Amino acid sequence: MIQAVCIKQVADTETRVKVAADGKALDPAGVTWILNPYDEFALEQALRVREKLGAGEVVVASLGGAGVAATLRNALAMGADRALHLRADAPPPDSLAVARALAAELRPLSPDLVWCGRQAVDGDAAQVGPMLGELLEMPCVTAVAGFELEGRTAVVERDIEGGREVVEVQLPAVITTDKGLNEPRYASLKGIMAAKKKPIEERPAQLGEPSLEVISLALPPPRSPGRVVGQGVEGVQELIRVLRQEAKIL
Amino acid sequence: MSVLVFIEQREGQIRSVSKEALGEGTRLAEKLGGEVVGVCPAASDPGLASLGDAGADRVLLAAHERFGLYDAAGYTRAVCQAAETVKPDVVLFAASAMGKDLAPRVAARLGMGLATDCTALDVEAGRLIATRPVYAGKAIQRVGFRGTPALVSLRPKVFAAVAGAGRRGTVERLPVSDEGSPSGARVRRVVAASSGKVDLTESEIIVSGGRGLRGPENFKIIEELAEALGATVGASRAVVDAGWRPHSDQVGQTGKTVSPKLYVAVGISGAIQHLAGMSSSRCIVAINKDPDAPIFKVADYGLVGDLFEVVPALTEAVRKLNAQHV
Repeated sequence: MIQAVCIKQVADTETRVKVAADGKALDPAGVTWILNPYDEFALEQALRVREKLGAGEVVVASLGGAGVAATLRNALAMGADRALHLRADAPPPDSLAVARALAAELRPLSPDLVWCGRQAVDGDAAQVGPMLGELLEMPCVTAVAGFELEGRTAVVERDIEGGREVVEVQLPAVITTDKGLNEPRYASLKGIMAAKKKPIEERPAQLGEPSLEVISLALPPPRSPGRVVGQGVEGVQELIRVLRQEAKIL
Repeated sequence: MSVLVFIEQREGQIRSVSKEALGEGTRLAEKLGGEVVGVCPAASDPGLASLGDAGADRVLLAAHERFGLYDAAGYTRAVCQAAETVKPDVVLFAASAMGKDLAPRVAARLGMGLATDCTALDVEAGRLIATRPVYAGKAIQRVGFRGTPALVSLRPKVFAAVAGAGRRGTVERLPVSDEGSPSGARVRRVVAASSGKVDLTESEIIVSGGRGLRGPENFKIIEELAEALGATVGASRAVVDAGWRPHSDQVGQTGKTVSPKLYVAVGISGAIQHLAGMSSSRCIVAINKDPDAPIFKVADYGLVGDLFEVVPALTEAVRKLNAQHV
């Protein structure tokens, strides 16, 4: 079984966002780069499937600039077999262009499972996974928090408003992963050593015209300063009063 | 400029997020002069004629026996067929679980750009500009589209539905081509959460608990306050990672981004990932024993004290208030 895992390098969730001089992007100065947390669940699940079957290959793919190689190396250390680096020093602003570039590289692999995180925690678009499904002509189930594989059928669970959908999907398929699916492993020392010998194949991303353009990136307006309305139980009546009379909520 | 709006139904009920999308569609259409058309894949008509009052001039019913439950491939086909018929300038979806799954598929099939989870739409020089939070709300991005239709999904609870719009709401059948092959993915069943819990992203009021609760059993006092307020219970990442609460309760950068009318943070210090996910709430109340906790910097109203004393007292006060209102 061939599994492809699409991963993205993102700014650490601890990052305090600063806007770059162009007013359109994140200022990368001082940012720590990590593997997108939702992609960790994707990679972990692919590794578990390979381990359970005792065979197969896990290929990680990522689109981005030179720095992305470090994240791919980290994925290899976690246990992926090989990596594809789709080099794009100025990644496009739209998911469709990214999905098309990934699809062009994944199609020749004929993967049985394509994994993505539910969304990347930078742009929060949550688009590439389902777009890959469409472009690769595969079914796709998004935001999956439960996964069982029975032959060529996967039974997956996803949270929806007020409940959970249980979905049956035929392979080949695209699955995007949510928190709660698994506990991703850490790279072991042995894994880190082994990763040094694993191949990262780099080639230019096949990017077409973007379908969107970023006009601006700005910090949200600061909240007007609030106030402490009281201490302990004595403050409760005042809290109730302000919620009713000032905020007009209760 | 005509606007096509995806109308989401579950178990034959039109979902309120779709009325929010129709409301925004009506505002866009008024600015630009055009009609608002809904498209609803369903097993049978969920009462679409009622959507005239919510702003629809016409609603296309894509009826198919398989469309009772969400069918990604079939719904994609239906919305794309509606787009071919209506030739809209804008297609709106709710950024619900269904809309988030469907909209990118439609975008990829139409080959058009999609802006997801938007919080504002503007028309500038005849072009649609979408505003969307990124980095879970730590920054705000504005994007423009190249080509039409522009595809947009709207964050729930941000856009107002309209009532009494008095548009026609004519229901028309949209024949759906059945490509023969069943979808590779099929929803087997939907498991309802306990007591019809409202999802965090669609809640008017949220009461969230953090590590200050000291243990999962103490969430009882959070649940009681939530019940008194008619609120949904949320949680910080710390308590979700500790296994005290399910992942679906997590508010913040690796959980849900929420914008309720009222957000009550109890025993949550306010890590940056958490603040990102809830700081667009209309009113924030923080209850914490540490007066220097970062949560007080974003709170409109703070109460410094022992949550084990304050929260039950607050619950009692809210119950009294509820009793007066009855």
